Amino acid sequence: MRHDHLITSKQLSRADIETVLDRAAEIDADPSAVADRHAETVLGLLFFEPSTRTKMSFETAMKRLGGDVVDMGSVESSSVKKGETLADTVRVIEGYADALVLRHPKQGSATMASEYVDVPLVNAGDGAGHHPSQTLLDLYTIRENAGLEDLTIGIMGDLKYGRTVHSLAYALTNFDARQHFISPESLQLPREVVYDLHQQGGTTGIREHESPEEVLPSLDVLYVTRIQRERFPDENEYQKVAGEYQIDAETLEAASDDLTVMHPLPRVDEIAPEIDATDHAAYFEQAHNGVPVRMALLDLLLSEQGGDGDE
Amino acid sequence: MSNDRDRHDGDDDHALRVSKIRDGTVIDHVRGGQALNVLAILGIDGSEGEELSIGMNVPSDRLARKDIVKVEGRELSQDEVDVLSLIAPDATINIVRGYDVVEKHRVERPTVVEGVLSCPNPGCITTGNEPVTSRFSVLEDGVRCSYCETIVRDEIASLIDT
Repeated sequence: MRHDHLITSKQLSRADIETVLDRAAEIDADPSAVADRHAETVLGLLFFEPSTRTKMSFETAMKRLGGDVVDMGSVESSSVKKGETLADTVRVIEGYADALVLRHPKQGSATMASEYVDVPLVNAGDGAGHHPSQTLLDLYTIRENAGLEDLTIGIMGDLKYGRTVHSLAYALTNFDARQHFISPESLQLPREVVYDLHQQGGTTGIREHESPEEVLPSLDVLYVTRIQRERFPDENEYQKVAGEYQIDAETLEAASDDLTVMHPLPRVDEIAPEIDATDHAAYFEQAHNGVPVRMALLDLLLSEQGGDGDE
Repeated sequence: MSNDRDRHDGDDDHALRVSKIRDGTVIDHVRGGQALNVLAILGIDGSEGEELSIGMNVPSDRLARKDIVKVEGRELSQDEVDVLSLIAPDATINIVRGYDVVEKHRVERPTVVEGVLSCPNPGCITTGNEPVTSRFSVLEDGVRCSYCETIVRDEIASLIDT
């Protein structure tokens, strides 16, 4: 893998993805083998939006590699509150850290920030844009549960603003997966994403639907995202679609016994708690996979920067 | 009659219009109504004393209606000319020296334009208070923000950063 920064999953080839996933599997099997691999390495966490899983899994990943983190804290307690630009913030923290992880509400923020720093920068979510490290742990989970070959996946919910969806869809074109996008019309994939998927040659494997029923029986994986109530112009419009996108035991009666249900979390009411204890549920495993996958990602990025990697 | 009028700006006869400029650039075959946007995209507003002549909605064989922009004392660079292609893909550029047209060529679409257009996406980092120059890649049928990746196909002229 030869990248200075990870901004979007579009920059990842199939070989890149497999390199990260294979490394994550090695680390998952024997975490102690890398316990001191990046001792004295410092990761800068720049989260301009609230985050639980992503932030804590990056922090855990760095510490399990023997390194440490510096965290700018909340926006309210940082110099951002004083009006400091993102460009200045990343240039300052670059002096404290060997790599940066950035989450920011503006689309394109990671692209811009990467133009100001020399240390590796990982995009941990830029508005409605991209979230490539989430995609890597999603792919890891899919590979573990359903495999990435000959995959039929349904991606359901808020496809318009869902950055995890965009990143996953791009990455899956590397594997010729059949992708079924299920959403209300108002939350369909942005035309930019559709344009890219077509450019990447994924046209034959991409279908859009408004209801999950018609494709559910054919799916190996159902990737559910939260429909964001606040996006709807009025409550009635939300109520028209909210029930259709809730997965419960009755819904899954039509699905294959081998169906894997995923969700980037947090969930609200998209997946009924009764699914949690079934063999379908992979979303907590998915969240846990964030640590070994991000350990692998950081290891590969830091090693290429002349760190203490020995490969 | 419209054919005759169009030829005055064509290859056959520059005498009536082009020769009125001694040294400078004549931008011909601009789509009707786009002349002011051409000036905006070139950053020309007359404040620096440029001598300008503008013809708008002139009958044309090729475009039905076209605009013409003449800039005295300034030869446009190829980069400037290429950017014009975003809103004036049919334009022809005449470089005039000593009343003679010494160069005449069509615009070519660039691959990237920087600092010319503003991204229409309010969620784009370029719309914030950051030290970042807008950058758009040029598609076959539009432009795309290099930061937020928004694609714009219609009304590109409305994005001109004036």
